Amino acid sequence: MSSNMDNRNTKVMNRFDVTSRLIGKLKHEEAVIGGIGNTNFDLWAAGHRPQNFYMLGSMGLAFPIALGVALAQPDRRVFALEGDGSLLMQLGALSTIATLKPKNLIMIVMDNGIYQITGAQPTPAASVADIVAIAAGSGLANSAWAADEEDFERLVDVAMSAAEPHLIAVRIDDKPGVGTTRRDPVQIRERFMHGLGVREPL
Amino acid sequence: MAVAQRQTSPQVAQGSSDGSWHGIVLQTLKRNEISLVPYVPDRVLTPLIKNLHADPFFTTFATAREEEAVGIVSGAWMGGRRGAVLMQTSGFATLANVLASLAVPYQIPLIMFVSERGTLGEFNYGQSLVCRTMRPVLDSLALEHHTITRLDELEFIADRSIKQAVTTQAPVALILNPLLTGGKTFDK
Repeated sequence: MSSNMDNRNTKVMNRFDVTSRLIGKLKHEEAVIGGIGNTNFDLWAAGHRPQNFYMLGSMGLAFPIALGVALAQPDRRVFALEGDGSLLMQLGALSTIATLKPKNLIMIVMDNGIYQITGAQPTPAASVADIVAIAAGSGLANSAWAADEEDFERLVDVAMSAAEPHLIAVRIDDKPGVGTTRRDPVQIRERFMHGLGVREPL
Repeated sequence: MAVAQRQTSPQVAQGSSDGSWHGIVLQTLKRNEISLVPYVPDRVLTPLIKNLHADPFFTTFATAREEEAVGIVSGAWMGGRRGAVLMQTSGFATLANVLASLAVPYQIPLIMFVSERGTLGEFNYGQSLVCRTMRPVLDSLALEHHTITRLDELEFIADRSIKQAVTTQAPVALILNPLLTGGKTFDK
């Protein structure tokens, strides 16, 4: 476990590239919740899917929203993409998820140690805390740093066939997102519900 | 009161026949197919929370913060499962951001039960102050809210409000007043 928690030897990757690699692996209409800011901008830029949900506020709630989707549709894999700054706002959610142990929830943390979108200020955790150690300490035993892009894809494969929630942390660079989500919350929500088979279009 | 309750709520299911406020809330949730109930606990809500845990129809659990619970039931709604959040007045005071950035703009029928502290015998000054922020926040977003004071009106208000929230895709706050629940009183 200690080697999993050590991020010093992990490669610095790129959010858009990693997000695109994830989307490329999804073949079963998996749900993806994109956290506030660059995280969902890059999800949008990776190519819209009806099973994507884009957050336009409520910083820190990507994992709780994904947990709700996972509890509603236990037969569908649900991914949540969250930034490190966002996750710091809602660390308690890790313990809630660890207690409920949804078998279909996969959490991905994009960790650049900064609030990139507001001017790249360092987070309070940047030089002192380890996201994977926090997750493991919160009860999420299946938490790991991705060493590089290939390791990220391997960890996603493992998580997609697992029977317990997984958390994958990715060290990323300081680049902004490459797209901008269309900010239409009602349409985002409605299309997501169509994508999940909850509703038919009018 | 029992007669009035029967008249206004002919379809009260078994289990709430004890006529308690929490029995009526539980059966109203169940009848409206609300099966996911995350909460941040409150002394007054304890019998409701206990009975929700005892009933296998419900998935009920504590969250670390109220906004986390709001995120969970919002995701569940989009996935086709209904939920409701239980909290105390002071917990509601943490929700302005998630109401204004998630529940309202995305048109999510967020159903909130708020155990009201801060009035009718409050002994903690901070609780009485935070209580005064609740209705102005609800009104500032033009959110539907009802303060329930009478047992004979509880089932009607809760049942109709849940149905209205779902059909209009809008949040609702049901405030459980000490006149209904007994509230929490000073006890050294």
